[in-house]
Amino acid sequence: MPTAIEIFKFLPKKNCGKCNYPTCLAFAMQLANQKVKLSDCPFITEEAKAKLEASSAPPIRLIAVGSGENKVELGDETELYRHEKKFFHPTRYAVVISDLADEQGIALKLRRADQLRFDRVGQVMALDLLAVRNDSRDPARFAALVKRVAGASRLPLVLMSEDPAAIVAAAKGTTLERPLIHAATASNLDGMAAAAKELKCPLVVKADDLNALADLVGKAVAAGAEDLMLDLGVSNLQQTVERNTIVRKNAVKKTFRGLGYPIVTNACGQERGMLMSLVSTMKYGGIVLLDDLDPAHAIPLFVLRQNIYTDPQVPIQVKAGLYPINNPGADAPVLFTTNFSLTYFTVAADIEKSKVPAWLLVVDTEGLSVMTAFAAGKMTADSVAETLRSSGALEKSTKGLIVIPGMLSRMSGKLQELTGAKVVVGPRESSGIPKLLKTL
Amino acid sequence: MVEVPVPKEKWSGKIGTVTLGAGPADGGSRAPVQIGGEGGMPFLSYEGLGSRQLIAGEVIDTADNLSELAVREFGDSVNDPEAWARQWVERFDADLVCLKLHSTNPEGRNTSPEDAVRTVLKVLAAVKVPVIIYGCGHEEKDAKTMEAVSNACSKERSLLGHAEETAYKTISAAATANRHALVAFSNLDINLAKQMNILLADFGVKLDNVVMDPLMAGLGMGLEYSYSVNERIRIAALMGDRMLQAPMLCDITPSWEAREATDDNAQWGDAEERGTWWEATTGLAALMSGADLLIVRSPRSAAILRDAIADLRGGK
Repeated sequence: MPTAIEIFKFLPKKNCGKCNYPTCLAFAMQLANQKVKLSDCPFITEEAKAKLEASSAPPIRLIAVGSGENKVELGDETELYRHEKKFFHPTRYAVVISDLADEQGIALKLRRADQLRFDRVGQVMALDLLAVRNDSRDPARFAALVKRVAGASRLPLVLMSEDPAAIVAAAKGTTLERPLIHAATASNLDGMAAAAKELKCPLVVKADDLNALADLVGKAVAAGAEDLMLDLGVSNLQQTVERNTIVRKNAVKKTFRGLGYPIVTNACGQERGMLMSLVSTMKYGGIVLLDDLDPAHAIPLFVLRQNIYTDPQVPIQVKAGLYPINNPGADAPVLFTTNFSLTYFTVAADIEKSKVPAWLLVVDTEGLSVMTAFAAGKMTADSVAETLRSSGALEKSTKGLIVIPGMLSRMSGKLQELTGAKVVVGPRESSGIPKLLKTL
Repeated sequence: MVEVPVPKEKWSGKIGTVTLGAGPADGGSRAPVQIGGEGGMPFLSYEGLGSRQLIAGEVIDTADNLSELAVREFGDSVNDPEAWARQWVERFDADLVCLKLHSTNPEGRNTSPEDAVRTVLKVLAAVKVPVIIYGCGHEEKDAKTMEAVSNACSKERSLLGHAEETAYKTISAAATANRHALVAFSNLDINLAKQMNILLADFGVKLDNVVMDPLMAGLGMGLEYSYSVNERIRIAALMGDRMLQAPMLCDITPSWEAREATDDNAQWGDAEERGTWWEATTGLAALMSGADLLIVRSPRSAAILRDAIADLRGGK
């Protein structure tokens, strides 16, 4: 976004007040803060408008694929490293179905769309898209499979073919909204750009040389296809890291604006498809196309994405409530901790390690750690007693024994008073939990 | 034709190098290796690659509570550190062996420093790769154990773990006296990592004897914190902060403790495959954020990571 002074240079400097601001400079300041629209100025020239719009465009264009609740959005990123602010639009994964696949193969991949769906710390992790690839080179066969997949799944689709006519026919044969077209290359660019424009669909432009890719992108934009994604034609991990980084860094540092689009990584047929997916997730990948995704691979991949795309300023929280560990019964003790995920995972792992059955009560501290929550009044004897009541912890555990974090020893008397249970002060470090549990 | 620029950063700093293991010329009996030396962000060859990132296979002298899925391929060798270490090197091509002397824990078997030394010497005799040696995590006991260990293998230039803010003097002195390298441990915080290196420098430990361990959190267990701390350490080092230019070690074995890694659940696919990738994913995140050396539990994930390192370096 340009600064107020940069914007001011393009304004008419009439101070006419028709924009509802007394001076052009005041209007420029509002514009810089994105509070008003450029069109509020009646005297703005077309030339100034074009220049300002170009310089205020996001460094990486936001691209939407599909529509409705399953729509995915890519791009609009502003950072190279997640700690600088955050990464906004997570990497998305698509499983590719060939139109040469047999019935069994098609059915298996359609099942993946339902099967690859997991709940984790209150977030859903799932497969995002399906893709249909025109390996048969037969437009009718392609269109038939696209129609079938579109009917069977509500996930957004990627239509993969080298033939613009096949893409148009397949897209028109369904009521699909905004499928992603893969891919325009040097040999079919004009046709693909026209197809994308006609269908109003986002288009992937592909070349394995970045200079050639920038040329193709320029041509596609000139032909009226503006919602683009980039396939950098990578075939190993080094290319994945390096090309993705070059594209991302040029865009966000504004050294080169011609490749400011989200990236598609085609991991199909790659010996290291899983590794390529993981690297793309960490290094600026938008959509990853995969031959298949086994659940044993999907879970680590999805969790990595969840981790990398976590907002560094907002800690992941675990749902408050009572968690059984090591199959506890009524005679197992109750321990409690905060809902800051890192604390929870550490404490839960240490209890598991002890092999002693126990109940772990998670108190909602808005993601603060034990000491911070205590200092901020988010974890008091009252709030702990309340969570003990509302979670039914003292009915599930009738032993009447509560272990409190060592750092909260000061709350032990009050908690004992409020609950009537015996309160044991635990260790200050979670790693001491197994030793304590064995002595209870 | 459009010319897309390669946005190479002009870094003023560089990661230092540390040599581990000593060959016959220095009185040792193994092939030394070098880590570090990168001139840019991880795996950007146009900024400068440095030494190949290495894999140390974990060997524990008391292998209780280990997930069978992680160490199945070692068979009975998990009860014999010497055989376990040999398998790591001969069957699974480990670049180093990392021996953890957990049996010395006073709350467990409480093995004496003399017994620990015997185990160390056996492992050193069994393999020709450099060896990383850790105590049990009990401050007072580790001070005694590691001092004895340092003296017993004084010519081998092992990497001794670890020095931390509350306990670094004994182990630093023990390492320095026998020219071993030293792990500088800190708890998930760039400032603490720097502080630890400053403490060591003030104590007289040279930076080319220090490998940083900023604590790698496992996948799903806070990995994102480590990923960003590691990246920030690397960036600060490249920007010229001398006190953060030591190479980085990440121990990824705790990733096996995540319940999701190995829980039996029909919807989650094969548990061994999932656990293997859980550790490999943690390792890959460590590498992508700046690790020079990984401590790995499963030979299957070690193989994945070795292949990934080679491919990330363009086969170099």
